[in-house]
Amino acid sequence: MKAPSDHHQNMVVKPKIYVRGIESIFKVFVLDPGPVGTMFRSEEMVLCQLFVQPEAAYVSMYELGEAGIAQFRDLNPHVNDFQRRYVTEVRRCSEMERKLRWVSGELPEPPPPPKLSPRVLTPREINILEERIDYIESEIQEITKNAQNLKTDYLALIELKILIEKTQTFFQDHSAHRKISASVQIYNNEGAIGHLGFIAGVVATPRVPSFERMLWRISHGNIFFKQAQIDEPLKDPVTGHELQKTVFVVFFHGEQIKLRVKKVCHGFQATPYPCPATYKEQQEMMAGIETRIKDLEMVLEQTENHRRLVLTNIARDISTWMVAVRKEKAIYHTLNMFSMDIVKKCLIAECWVPRQDLHILQRALDNGVKASGSPIPSFLHHVPTRETPPTFNRTNKFTRGFQTLIDSYGIASYREVNPALYTIITFPFLFAVMFGDMGHGIIMTAFAAILVIFEKKFAKNKTDNEIWNIFFGGRYIILLMGIFSIYTGFIYNDMFSKSLNIFGSSWKNVYDEHTLNSSSSFDLDPKDAYTGTPYPAGLDPAWQFAGNNIIFLNSFKMKLSIIFGVLHMAFGVTMSVVNFNFFKKPEMILLQYIPQIVFLLLLFWYLCILMFMKWFIYSADAIDPALGTSCAPSVLIIFINMMLLKESNIKEPCKPFMFDGQDTIQKVFLAVAFLCIPVMLFGKPVYEIMVVRKNKRYQQGVESGEVVEEGHGDGFGELMIVQGIHTIEYVLGCVSHTASYLRLWALSLAHAQLSAVLWQRLLKMGLGAGSPVNAIVLYVIFAAWAFFTLAILVLMEGLSAFLHTLRLHWVEFMSKFYEGHGYAFFPFSFSAILENDEEDVKDKPNPNGGPPE
Amino acid sequence: MACKFCGPKLSLVGVVLSVWGIIQLTLMGVFYAIKAVALLEDLPLGGEHETLSDFISEVETGYTQNSHNCWIAALLYVITLVISAHQFWLNNRSSVSM
Repeated sequence: MKAPSDHHQNMVVKPKIYVRGIESIFKVFVLDPGPVGTMFRSEEMVLCQLFVQPEAAYVSMYELGEAGIAQFRDLNPHVNDFQRRYVTEVRRCSEMERKLRWVSGELPEPPPPPKLSPRVLTPREINILEERIDYIESEIQEITKNAQNLKTDYLALIELKILIEKTQTFFQDHSAHRKISASVQIYNNEGAIGHLGFIAGVVATPRVPSFERMLWRISHGNIFFKQAQIDEPLKDPVTGHELQKTVFVVFFHGEQIKLRVKKVCHGFQATPYPCPATYKEQQEMMAGIETRIKDLEMVLEQTENHRRLVLTNIARDISTWMVAVRKEKAIYHTLNMFSMDIVKKCLIAECWVPRQDLHILQRALDNGVKASGSPIPSFLHHVPTRETPPTFNRTNKFTRGFQTLIDSYGIASYREVNPALYTIITFPFLFAVMFGDMGHGIIMTAFAAILVIFEKKFAKNKTDNEIWNIFFGGRYIILLMGIFSIYTGFIYNDMFSKSLNIFGSSWKNVYDEHTLNSSSSFDLDPKDAYTGTPYPAGLDPAWQFAGNNIIFLNSFKMKLSIIFGVLHMAFGVTMSVVNFNFFKKPEMILLQYIPQIVFLLLLFWYLCILMFMKWFIYSADAIDPALGTSCAPSVLIIFINMMLLKESNIKEPCKPFMFDGQDTIQKVFLAVAFLCIPVMLFGKPVYEIMVVRKNKRYQQGVESGEVVEEGHGDGFGELMIVQGIHTIEYVLGCVSHTASYLRLWALSLAHAQLSAVLWQRLLKMGLGAGSPVNAIVLYVIFAAWAFFTLAILVLMEGLSAFLHTLRLHWVEFMSKFYEGHGYAFFPFSFSAILENDEEDVKDKPNPNGGPPE
Repeated sequence: MACKFCGPKLSLVGVVLSVWGIIQLTLMGVFYAIKAVALLEDLPLGGEHETLSDFISEVETGYTQNSHNCWIAALLYVITLVISAHQFWLNNRSSVSM
């Protein structure tokens, strides 16, 4: 039978070619975007209900875990963990995991990483694996126990040997008993010398004083106690700790005392040993002990080798087994969330899936059915629901960092516009405005480039060092920040606080030699000293020698900051239009967006226009003195006078305004802007009320009698309060946030000054005079300068600028349009589970897959 | 070969610092040699000068001296780079063989 798929392919070949072509272009020039999704807004999610046969469920879940596309909801929330369907399987997996963990604890060094095996394990293979793990565990336990027994025996023999060596001196010391030593064992078979009996043994050194005291007490002083400490510490067979032991001999007379001494020995855990009294017997015993010790050492070594061999064999596979066991446990945990339909004998599951991944879900179900050989197919169907789906943004390794920055503030509401897309460019740009130094930018870019180029190698070493993980995770952000910093450093013409003269300065010297000799500082009036053609790109290098460098740059950077700020905020407000459009609320554009943007632009963009006009209108070589440099008004004073409706006191020849009709225009702008405020305040509540009234009238017309009472009295009050808060927040926020953008100026000034101080106070010391010695001084001072540059200027200032940029994005930009009431999408994914090694699978924020309570 | 007296971190710091030092000091030497005006304030100049030509000649000797100093320091950093790289390689090798 001809496969229907061939025919199907022929029919749709043409459109696919175009899609494939575009995709291949993407793959060549850009990172692979994966399935078509955009970062513009989060993906559309679908609630699916799956009906699966229990036999087919395992394979389907395995594929879904590999794909990581579905977030399952717990359909048995009231069922105890121990009463769920697959609890035995979970328990079995936990046991296997415990055994594997114990075995890897026994391994001498960390095991090699797991091999990738895309194949799912059949139940039979899992049983075999379980048996094998059991066998290995018992084998290793047996080996360890044997080794311990051997070591205990070994320890006993060593102690006996040392005991005999030391007691030889005891017995030989007693000169009185030497005569009797030949006639040993006259009185009884046990060890005795003359009338005295003795017990020899070994006791732990810390217990010796109390041991001796106890013996003294119970024997009423009728014993003779001799001790000698063993010099080198002995190893405890069970724990491996080192113990200090002491050899002792107790001489006594009589049976009673002997029993008591034995009891005391037992109580103090002193091990008595049978020690022969005569020298000859001692030597024989020693010889026997020596051979036994040698044998035991050989056996111990062989045991150790065998153990090591077994462990090495296991070490190869243990990571792969661990991964397989963990995956299985995860699958059974998820299967426990399904509900069982008794009538149809199938499992029912509910999950959130991105619409684009539905085909993967269908394929996983089909593969499960095929693998299990079940005649009944699994099927899924969409459940239309009013619940809020989770927010899912498909990211790749480049965009993930930026998305994380935004998500840290709050997860976007479902399908609202995603600010992370623009953050890719605005974040590094605003950072660079504050950081602006070519040299430091080069250092940052080099560091990030190394991280990016060797990212595969770095990703393999999983380390707990959190600082490294943060830097490595943000490597693309740092790379972009560095590149943009090189650009702004070029514009500010600042490289380690020195300016580069690439194109030739546009300022020239207008003084003759005699004037130059007479004083030490001069004014260069741009009317005479400026050549007329501006420096092509960036700040003219002549400024680095100017005494009023800071004053000039302050004015310039402040204006720049306000311009960037108003642009950024206007962009943020305009984003709300996208949301209103998507969520089908066009009236909000008129009632909320228009008054907001008009208020912002008429007041603050007008301020920016005044700045531009001041830059263009006033000039040093203007013919009209009213347009000269001394008459250039302060833009801020004009703005304040506009807001407070004050008159400006300007003396002749300067004019009070920059252009004709400015007074009227300003008053009109002020009036219109203030008229926007009541629209913002009352627009939305009044509209809501009118909508409610219209619905009520319509319903009253349609259904006679049934009136839906909204309780609109309370509703109106609440609406007004909420809208009032938003209006005040926006209006006051416009002013305060605009001023807040001045931090762009403040941080760049601080950075430039720190950089200059470091050069002039530190590196300059090494650039003195005298050839050979000074080179060594320069060598040392350069190292110090490099250290401080890295520590203070790159790290500290970099972190500071990062923080301020983040604040600008979160507060000044996102408060204009962002809701952020969503909850994140946590799909059932093996890679996510295996990454969080120690955490339980069920440790998700809400296993029910609903919005967080 | 020779014993290692730096750990892995110190040798890595040495390598990075030496590379940076070589690049920056060589460039600074070049900039001093072409008498870049930006570096004028770092020259060791005396107080008063009699004539303009005195001043100019002192500036020029200052420039050449500083450029030579920078190049000598860069050379010292080349030596440091060789030593640090050797230590780094020794450290890496011993950790791999274990």
